[in-house]
Amino acid sequence: MDEIFGIPAPLLFGQLLLGLINGAFYALLSLGLAVIFGMLNVINFTHGAQFMMGAFVAWMLLHYLGIGYWWALLLAPLIVGFTGVVIEKTMISRLYKLDHLYGLLLTFGVGLIIEGLFRNQYGSSGMPYRIPPELQGAWDLGFMFMPVYRGWVVIVAIVACLATWLVIEKTKLGSYLRAATENPALVQAFGINVPRMMTLTYGAGVALAAFAGVLAAPIYSVNPQMGANLIIIVFAVVVIGGMGSILGSVVTGFALGVIEGFTRVFYPEASATVIFVVMAIVLLLRPAGLFGRA
Amino acid sequence: MAGPGFSGGDFKHEEQVFFGFTRTQLIAFLVMVALVVISPFFLYPVFLMKVLCFALFACAFNLLIGYVGLLSFGHAAYFGMGGYLAGHAAKEWGLPPEIAILIGGATGAILGLVIGAIAIRRQGIYFAMITLAFAQMVYFFCLQAPFTGGEDGIQSIPRGVLFGVFNLNSDMTMYWLTAGVFLIGFLLVHRIVHSPFGMVLKSIRENEPRATSLGYRTDDYKLMAFVLSAALSGVAGGTKSIVFGIATLTDVFWTMSGEVVLMSLVGGLGTIFGPVMGAVVIITMQNYLAEFGAWVTVIQGVIFVLCVLAFRRGIVGEIGNWLKVRL
Repeated sequence: MDEIFGIPAPLLFGQLLLGLINGAFYALLSLGLAVIFGMLNVINFTHGAQFMMGAFVAWMLLHYLGIGYWWALLLAPLIVGFTGVVIEKTMISRLYKLDHLYGLLLTFGVGLIIEGLFRNQYGSSGMPYRIPPELQGAWDLGFMFMPVYRGWVVIVAIVACLATWLVIEKTKLGSYLRAATENPALVQAFGINVPRMMTLTYGAGVALAAFAGVLAAPIYSVNPQMGANLIIIVFAVVVIGGMGSILGSVVTGFALGVIEGFTRVFYPEASATVIFVVMAIVLLLRPAGLFGRA
Repeated sequence: MAGPGFSGGDFKHEEQVFFGFTRTQLIAFLVMVALVVISPFFLYPVFLMKVLCFALFACAFNLLIGYVGLLSFGHAAYFGMGGYLAGHAAKEWGLPPEIAILIGGATGAILGLVIGAIAIRRQGIYFAMITLAFAQMVYFFCLQAPFTGGEDGIQSIPRGVLFGVFNLNSDMTMYWLTAGVFLIGFLLVHRIVHSPFGMVLKSIRENEPRATSLGYRTDDYKLMAFVLSAALSGVAGGTKSIVFGIATLTDVFWTMSGEVVLMSLVGGLGTIFGPVMGAVVIITMQNYLAEFGAWVTVIQGVIFVLCVLAFRRGIVGEIGNWLKVRL
């Protein structure tokens, strides 16, 4: 099993793994977008900046306070999620009565502010974040070496996606959320505080982005642009999967990561655009996306 | 559509006195033409040409958001590609500037036809995200295609000789061409918006199902508006390449799409003079704040947020609302 389709097996599996890791980030980020969109009807254009903030907060915790990876994995999402709550309370909540496009424009502006501030403070060059000692090294899988940290990222992403899905589909809180998405006025009449639920949902979606950011910190170098470049691919993922569909964003996220990985092996020139090509084809066949309702 | 902004507001019907202009619009237009003619004698013409290119770009963008209610977040694709093709035509094919600019427009139109045909299948935020994603695809294409010069862009594009008579190497001559292109584009957008076709567009913005039930094939109208907007963006991009002699990745990158949204928003969505005002404000700001580096991004973000939260009508929209006239 040295060659598959005339491609050396380690290369193929290496790219496949890389694709799976990118897919994990696509899935986590589009999941956060889907959660926010489902409840608030806002496309959170700040999502990329909040992903970047997650990585930066992890780096700052280590650099200034000596707090390591494991605590950062918990603290960074909480801190960034809190800033999300503030943004929702002070700005986004004023726009619900208006056209949804205003939410998009507002979050775009907020994203510019955050990225500009980080670029002023830390410049454009990347800063390294070490892999925690427990997750260093690699497993020998027989056909290839698998870096432990990358395997960990894929597993954690799958667990996080499953957990989010369980919360939304199987818990009481989730059923309130789904009901409020369908008919907020009715849910409010049952005595449930819908505005607070929206605030917390936004915070949770932002926290998911930050969580992905902490996971990404040891893989990519931590820099102010890291979210901006990723977020547009994630938007394409969301369009392909079907906006607001939890399952759609997770499945599509991983699948597109893998497709991208394969493309990098067989036709590297197209690897940056393959996702958008898939998007065009899906839109022609199913305008609502693969898992979306028309 | 709730709230002011995307729709121009409710004003009583004013009689159109000339070429679709109301009396106030005609006065405003004449003031604008006077400013365009006088200002190169006082201000640096190259800076003014930049303003005019972006003003045309913003007018083209506003045709979609302001009058059809479609927020395209990928207009950099038509602007940038128009610039690349116009630059390529002038430099490699040695074509005269007027043809190069038209090629820029044709590039925008063709690209707009392909992307628009797919994008108009969805509405609202979906539409915005799809146009953005396609624009990013165009960006990656430009990054890799051999003729664009990758990171370096196309450099030293000759300005050439207009109609074989006017040598554009003089900044003033180039300025008059740019001003002409801008004014023709502006009048074209104005004419489109105030034509029966434009009325159908506005009815689609206000209530698409009703427009459909009246028998209009709304998808055809939306696509037509999209192609017109993309073509004019291509003209703006092409003109910019000829003026500055360079076409680069900056003009295709998605931040450029954000900037044109910002210009239209600051000036006033759905007003005919708003995008011009927005372009003047934003380009002036960028020029004079350039030394502050990344702070410019922060300031732009703050303006974005303030406009959305407090000044949804934009500068021209607020003035119009205050004077109770449609500008």
